Amino acid sequence: MLTQFMSYIGSNLTPGSANNQLWALIYVFIIFTGVSVAVMAMNWLERKALAHFQIRLGPMRVGPHGLLQPIADAIKLMLKEDIIPAEADQFVFWIAPMIGLLAAFAVYTVIPFGPSQAVSDMNIGILFMLGVSSLGVLGIVVAGWASNSHYPLIGALRSSAQMVSYEVAMGLAVVSAILMTSLNAKGTGTLSMIGIVQAQQDQAIWFIFKFFPLGLIAFIIFAIAMIAETNRAPFDMAEAESELTAGYHTEYSGLRWSLFMLAEYAAMIAVSSIAVTLWLGGWMRPFPNFLQAPAWDLTFSLFPALTFFGLAAIAVIGVVRMPAHSFFRIQRIGLAGFAAVLGFIALLLLVIAVGGRSADANLAARFNQGIGYVYWFVLKVAVFMYLFIWYRATWPRYRFDQLMRIGWKVMLPISLSVLIVTAIVGVLVK
Amino acid sequence: MNPAMNSAVNAGMVPVATPWFFYVLAGLAVASGVAVITRRNAVHSALALIVTLLSVAGLYLMLYAPFVFAVQLFVYAGGIMLLFLFVIMLVNVERSSKERRFNRMWPVGLAAACALMALFVFAFVKGKALFPDRMISLPESSNTEQIAGMLYGEAGRMGQYTFAFEIASLLLLVAILGAVIMTKKKI
Repeated sequence: MLTQFMSYIGSNLTPGSANNQLWALIYVFIIFTGVSVAVMAMNWLERKALAHFQIRLGPMRVGPHGLLQPIADAIKLMLKEDIIPAEADQFVFWIAPMIGLLAAFAVYTVIPFGPSQAVSDMNIGILFMLGVSSLGVLGIVVAGWASNSHYPLIGALRSSAQMVSYEVAMGLAVVSAILMTSLNAKGTGTLSMIGIVQAQQDQAIWFIFKFFPLGLIAFIIFAIAMIAETNRAPFDMAEAESELTAGYHTEYSGLRWSLFMLAEYAAMIAVSSIAVTLWLGGWMRPFPNFLQAPAWDLTFSLFPALTFFGLAAIAVIGVVRMPAHSFFRIQRIGLAGFAAVLGFIALLLLVIAVGGRSADANLAARFNQGIGYVYWFVLKVAVFMYLFIWYRATWPRYRFDQLMRIGWKVMLPISLSVLIVTAIVGVLVK
Repeated sequence: MNPAMNSAVNAGMVPVATPWFFYVLAGLAVASGVAVITRRNAVHSALALIVTLLSVAGLYLMLYAPFVFAVQLFVYAGGIMLLFLFVIMLVNVERSSKERRFNRMWPVGLAAACALMALFVFAFVKGKALFPDRMISLPESSNTEQIAGMLYGEAGRMGQYTFAFEIASLLLLVAILGAVIMTKKKI
């Protein structure tokens, strides 16, 4: 076991390719924890950001600036009574949240946080991701049916119709990006998530800028379709609270309800990762081919440390600006402690960045590289997560027939023509 | 990692507990297949059918055909079963599940099932002469490329199944157009 543990360190394969089950498990554990924490952070950020968009303060009571609110929410949800309606289909009602959660988390096995920072590099990575994430909607549909109530059923029907129509445009946009991976000397493309990012590195261009504006249009179509896929505003017809109470999860409460929320946010991160991998260069830092000098490497490897220093600085500003009343003393101490933790992480990253800059492939250098890959990937995904909140705060909800019209009459023809034109241009370029 | 495992890695693939996975997946497929036809509730049948499709997809994966696995997942379990559920929810299954069936279709069904069973027994008994007796071992990574080569051809050569594939796609296109025309009152 120890040899299995040690033999992988310093390897440049994914645990799946290196056939190392122990490290695969470790990666799964890290990803599961990371995603759960990210969902909690996202929960806080969404409430805060939405509140600020609407000139409110948002959660302010539980911890400084409501930082402990997600933990309080989680405890509340776990302690709440778990109600199963008497007329509901017990077994299906019970299993529905699990389907959604399983589908949302299963896709993380192929998400490439770096060239070796993925659980496994499947040959069919992108197909696997699309396939499994399309299973997630089954959880919603089945939940709506099993509740044996009108609003959830309407929510489920809307959700399934919406998924079916947007999946088509989404798939065609993905195919046009996959076509671009085949523009190499060998002439064979790839479906592997890691292979797609490496193809972008080889061609020295993010696919969003490839064959301008074809890549951009495909990306925009995917970006719209992925909002519909994850049932987020302005396409959140399945849980339109002004018409359907809460849509498919009206009858759910407590822990089961929180599983739906967890699945929804995990799915949001997953589809954002697909977009980042296919069009935005995945784990690559900006300009990996043009700015190759060691000085640039050092500059870019300082970014993680700088980010955490920035967060620490924001926390320090929060400490300074806190009212000088004795009521705020504990909150001030807590926020100062939070700032200290962030500052410590920043220092640690700084030490690794400076220590790992030597060109020889020692462990610190590899560690530094790995942090860089994960940092850039997570940063790009984080931008998408913020956009999800921004959309929700900005746009009013679509009517259902408008939603269908956009899906079938606008997105589908555009994505189909982008696919055809990409294929023609690809052949001509070759 | 022990040396034996290392050599296995170099050979390309390592089957992990293959018989166990096969028996679990095959048992699941058969059990849920039985559930599909015995459940009175149509939604339960559809859910059981999803389990069947997923376990068959798992069997494809065990045969080192990841592309077929992904397509099964994407098209059948994800797309078609969603439509099934959609239709089941739209029509009123509550009443029809309580109705007594008056047609006498079950002898025909029994005959068809027996014929299929006979075919399977025949394949099981005579199969050694008809099919290759061992799995063709291909590197897992080439599966998608192999399928592409068969369907579309490679290096200027037409693929083995290009014609049949194109005919099938044309047939599907006709079916789609037909469906659109039949539902439209005015074109």
